[in-house]
Amino acid sequence: MSELDPIILARIQFAANITFHILFPTITIALGWVLLFFKLRFNATGDEAWMDAYKFWVKVFALSFALGVVSGIVMSFQFGTNWPGFMERVGNVAGPLLAYEVITAFFLEASFLAIMLFGFGRVSNRIHTLATVLVAGGTTLSAFWILVLNSWMHTPAGYEIRDGVVHATDWLAIIFTPSMPYRFVHMLLASGLTVAFLIAGLSAYRWLRDDRGAGVMKALRTGVVLGAVLIPLQILAGDLHGLNTKEHQPAKVAAMEGIWETERGAGLRLFAIPDEANRQNRFEITIPYAASLILTHQWDGEVRGLNEFAGEHPPVAPVFYAFRIMVGIGMLMLLVSWWGLWVMHRRGMTPMLARVLVGMTFSGWVATLAGWYVTEIGRQPWLVTGILRTGEAAGPVAAGTIAASLAMYLVIYAVLLAAYIGTIYHLARRGGQLTILSPTPPRSAPQPAE
Amino acid sequence: MEALPPGAWLPITFAVLMAAAMLLYAVLDGYDLGVGVLLRATPEETQRDRMIASIGPFWDANETWLVLGVGLLLVAFPIAHGIILTALYVPVALMLAGLILRGVAFEFRAKVPEPKKPRWDFAFQFGSILAAFSQGWMLGSYILGFATGWAAFLFSMAVGVFVVAGYTLVGACWLVWRTEGALQMLAARWARRALYVTWAGVLAVSAATPLASPRILERWFSFPEALLLAPIPLATGALFLLLHIFLRRFPRADHSLDWVPFAATAAIFVLCFQGLAYSFWPYVVPEQVTIFEAAAAPESLIIILVGAAAVLPMIGLYTFFVWRVFGGKARDLKYY
Repeated sequence: MSELDPIILARIQFAANITFHILFPTITIALGWVLLFFKLRFNATGDEAWMDAYKFWVKVFALSFALGVVSGIVMSFQFGTNWPGFMERVGNVAGPLLAYEVITAFFLEASFLAIMLFGFGRVSNRIHTLATVLVAGGTTLSAFWILVLNSWMHTPAGYEIRDGVVHATDWLAIIFTPSMPYRFVHMLLASGLTVAFLIAGLSAYRWLRDDRGAGVMKALRTGVVLGAVLIPLQILAGDLHGLNTKEHQPAKVAAMEGIWETERGAGLRLFAIPDEANRQNRFEITIPYAASLILTHQWDGEVRGLNEFAGEHPPVAPVFYAFRIMVGIGMLMLLVSWWGLWVMHRRGMTPMLARVLVGMTFSGWVATLAGWYVTEIGRQPWLVTGILRTGEAAGPVAAGTIAASLAMYLVIYAVLLAAYIGTIYHLARRGGQLTILSPTPPRSAPQPAE
Repeated sequence: MEALPPGAWLPITFAVLMAAAMLLYAVLDGYDLGVGVLLRATPEETQRDRMIASIGPFWDANETWLVLGVGLLLVAFPIAHGIILTALYVPVALMLAGLILRGVAFEFRAKVPEPKKPRWDFAFQFGSILAAFSQGWMLGSYILGFATGWAAFLFSMAVGVFVVAGYTLVGACWLVWRTEGALQMLAARWARRALYVTWAGVLAVSAATPLASPRILERWFSFPEALLLAPIPLATGALFLLLHIFLRRFPRADHSLDWVPFAATAAIFVLCFQGLAYSFWPYVVPEQVTIFEAAAAPESLIIILVGAAAVLPMIGLYTFFVWRVFGGKARDLKYY
């Protein structure tokens, strides 16, 4: 145990927690709005198929929400248990942002979720729809505050340092940092795409099992259309976010692109093995000028290389690979959703399309995680750019203790992830029907608004 | 009382808000966790479902008070937050594991195939016990100012057991309030058992705290404070007596007073909390750091206060609304 560096262990633990955590908000942020869409279609048309879709997906929502809540609580404690230096140095900024998340979003979501899940028969249809709006709004608001804080950590603004401690001077500047709008939009779209492919994939799975009711087909179509609409927007948003990063965190972009020396007319490294010891790439496959074109929108634009930031840039390989995974999945999403749209338009559903969609079910998770790895590893060695290094924030807890808690979290997360996926497929196989032990007869079906 | 430093009202306000959030958490999630502790005390699946149904609409919002309490500690007293949470590393990690298991078990037990349900019932109970016990461990360790050594460790373990008992009491009283028939009778019996352990726990902690700290001893037993403070232990004793008598009266034909045991237990929680708060004032890290030394910058505290003043009444309103919607005796909780 003495070999292990407590800072590395604390970082692995935080990374493991936040990796597990982000899976579930990524689903609930957008799924809340999709549920609202189902509910509004039902209210407008009175078509029970929309309500069937709602009833199935609200269960997935509830499960995802519960996992997001409990893993989120872990995060809030780990600021103190593992990174006390973070709050000591930047608590005057981070604290209010986190507090606003709790008081504006958490209570709202948690309270109205109960009505959304169990409120039928107890409240009017209108109140139930309103609860759906508030829960969807709450998850989005929660994402807003946490991305405000995260963006401030990347591109801090609106503060001054007195006695080594950050003090807030301009709250609007703190909230609307240069990277915040890009990051927020990028994440909302990522959530939308994750949900689009989850819905399409799980519905295609039901279709393949001959569960082809109108509700399944409506959800399937919603998923494919949503994916096809959002992916071009995401590619655009990602491009703009990259330009923003190039301006504010050039070392991160250099690592993403695997560019060591500052270049004009830099080529796009489609594939390479970054070799940090020798500060070069091996086995490079390059498209000439493409990196400059993408990053500067000019053929011969200048892209600054990693060697300009020697000792101050992130580890190259993980950022470089994660970026390629994210972009690769994005391209795959573009192909699959547009092809799917075309097939469904021409011939309706086909077994081949269904299988491809099933294969893409969790693609959004992988792309979202890869994207977060790019941006968070890409921020290193800083925890808050230019203000606080990651190593400075670590606490005094012994390596052995952290290793033990890390092992415990990893086991729990592995079990829960397996249980989550297993349960989702179980729900899909049962068409969302839960075994009801209730002796009382089912409540009357809800009526659409007049 | 010592003279207060200038600008003291902000740290005091935040200490009060934080304490209120923690107290609300202890009562509200206390009953959730207590019901979790009791879940497998009945083998009847329908009774278990009804127990879960009684807390299902509330647990998530209840747990949020913990996030707010810790959030306020983190926000208002960042230095104390670091000291306290690193000192409590192990029980915090265990509590989080417990809260994770309890929270996800709500969902999983309702959605997995029938044969797998018992294991999520187990996870629900185990998680609830682990979370409650760890919170007691943290409380015990906090009371002793994070002292190390076997005696301190054993004391923390004992407080862990007492908190499990206290939560079981409030959970059982919740079931007395929110259920009827055979389950209510069972709950009254569970509540009586938990009552005596809780009683012993309150006595033990009350005796140990002054012994551990001469400052606290002086604070409670000097004249005339002792006279002014006497109502706290006296009222606590009276409430225990009330519960002891009242819980024997179930089942009652008239349901109009079913809420009394829950309210009495909540009042005991409030009184004990008051006693602790009085003991530790003005320290946020016992005997080491006061709330004035640990407070964050005023401009940051004020911006939170503005937000809290605007939003907390709304939280109160919609919490009231949810309690109205899911009020009365628990019915089966179904997704449609």
